[in-house]
Amino acid sequence: MDIQASVASVESSQGKPLDQVLQQIAEHKGCGTSSEGGKASCGSSTAPEDMDPAIWEKVKNHPCYSEEAHHHFARMHVAVAPACNIQCNYCNRKYDCANESRPGVVSEKLTPEQASRKVLAVASTIPQMTVLGIAGPGDPLANPEKTFKTFELVAQTAPDIKLCVSTNGLALPEHVERLSQFNIDHVTITINMVDPEVGQHIYPWIFWKNKRWKGIDAARILHEHQMRGLEMLTERGILCKVNSVMIPGINDKHLVEVNKAVKSRGAFLHNIMPLISAPEHGTVFGLNGQRGPTAQELKALQDSCEGEMNMMRHCRQCRADAVGLLGEDRSSEFSTEKVMEMDIQYDAEGRKAYQEKVEEERQATVLAKQAEMAGLEAEFSDLKVLIAVATKGHGRVNEHFGHAQEFQIYELSTQGSKFVGHRRVDLYCQGGYGEEDTLPTVIRAINDCVAVFVAKIGGCPKDSLKAAGIDPVDKYAHEFIEQSAVKYFKEYLAKVKSGEVVHEVRGDADIRQGAYIAA
Amino acid sequence: MAYKIISSQCTACSACEPECPNNAIREKDGTFIIKPEKCSECIGYFDEPQCVAVCPVDDTCVIDNSYPRYVAA
Ligand code: SF4
Ligand code: SF4
Ligand code: SF4
Repeated sequence: MDIQASVASVESSQGKPLDQVLQQIAEHKGCGTSSEGGKASCGSSTAPEDMDPAIWEKVKNHPCYSEEAHHHFARMHVAVAPACNIQCNYCNRKYDCANESRPGVVSEKLTPEQASRKVLAVASTIPQMTVLGIAGPGDPLANPEKTFKTFELVAQTAPDIKLCVSTNGLALPEHVERLSQFNIDHVTITINMVDPEVGQHIYPWIFWKNKRWKGIDAARILHEHQMRGLEMLTERGILCKVNSVMIPGINDKHLVEVNKAVKSRGAFLHNIMPLISAPEHGTVFGLNGQRGPTAQELKALQDSCEGEMNMMRHCRQCRADAVGLLGEDRSSEFSTEKVMEMDIQYDAEGRKAYQEKVEEERQATVLAKQAEMAGLEAEFSDLKVLIAVATKGHGRVNEHFGHAQEFQIYELSTQGSKFVGHRRVDLYCQGGYGEEDTLPTVIRAINDCVAVFVAKIGGCPKDSLKAAGIDPVDKYAHEFIEQSAVKYFKEYLAKVKSGEVVHEVRGDADIRQGAYIAA
Repeated sequence: MAYKIISSQCTACSACEPECPNNAIREKDGTFIIKPEKCSECIGYFDEPQCVAVCPVDDTCVIDNSYPRYVAA
């Protein structure tokens, strides 16, 4: 299911933003081998100890870990695992597993043979595709034969593709050994509680040892398996990410405990996602009126866990068969029918060359931001503002306002820019022109931002945004996002100082509830 | 009697298929079915019918009254 799977936002275990680490690594390259002179320009000397270099190697190009990598590398998921062994109150099994997909989406189920063919077809067409995930539509480890068969087939032809799997954890302990035989890049476990008292309100039952367990017993068994599974992965050196669904009134405060428990057991990254809940999803929570968190509630919880460990904020809960960069979904180009007809040439060399080019492009974005930071560090101000950015990837402001299916949200301060999340708006513009009635939805989704960076925008939406107090900015079209953001913030600070702009605290924003249906 | 699957409710998730001790369940036309002559209601194997216990949709694997109750040999 990690269909849905930040560098700028992710903090390393010592609380250092990942992009700083990236910068340091970039700087290290520039440092050459000179000992004395090099050191001075290498910035903080803690960089290498910050993260095990082996872990960093695995993480830096990983679109599921790193927001920044998400701009340059693509992931795909194949839906080979329809069965599940537990029931979650936010899931309706007519649809995909809701642990990583948005509720209400249905993926095309594939056999392991069809799935491996699709992976090769995508990898040959999209050289940025570096990660294959199995995330459902049920639980991959409740379908071990299908999951492992798919991995085997892919590994035979395309050993460079990283494999990952997402699970609820119930069947994890019994499969860790077999998993470790594969080139598994990372495992995602969805952990919503570390206390069965809390868990019983989330999980009505589990199926374990030929028996349906209910209530607190079910939650206790699931909890024990999740913790043991996580420990076993850590012992074997397999990276583990934890997903949690934030359910206001049930586990929202408790997730701070979850964060501590998973960190102490070696989880590398913690991703807190909002509950998406609406009656039409037909889930227990949808039907009993359980609400999801607001954007502010979600950010406050993510902020309070940050510093404790790496937080991930870019999970977009996309579909189990999604293909592509960022919010883009090219899965319709790779339907089973089309894939079966394609003539597939797996070009390992070509893929490698392409990925090296992307690496250069990435270094350039980091260096550009760093250069722009000069002058800002000396400013004293505790002003913090949010901006929304329309992008198609590559770290640039390169999407038209009306075409954006989601906006990336950055927090700007004298510390620079930091990715803090994204907001889906789906299509505001359907046919090349704006639709009046959907504009308010977009504005509500980014209502907490002072500005929106776009490659292009029409006159009408421009006026509505201004009326709502959001500055529509198109002067950074096709430039680097973070560099432009820092530039903008410097100007903003200057305007506030001169009195040209009065800084006001913005309101809260909506988290869109609908299924991600864009093709 | 045997168990049957109400096909209009079945999500075709396949969870029941590998759990059946008698290999009575298979996929047919996009949904799953139970071969009544093979189903032993899990008697002699488990305390509860496995298809019922694992199925995510309540009241989808149910007793088929058109069949005589299974009697253990
Ligand atoms: S783990 Fe939960 S959310 Fe995922 S398929 Fe199973 S019941 Fe649904
Ligand atoms: S009741 Fe038991 S034997 Fe009958 S179909 Fe279900 S799992 Fe198989
Ligand atoms: S477990 Fe239930 S929903 Fe899934 S295939 Fe069997 S009968 Fe259908």
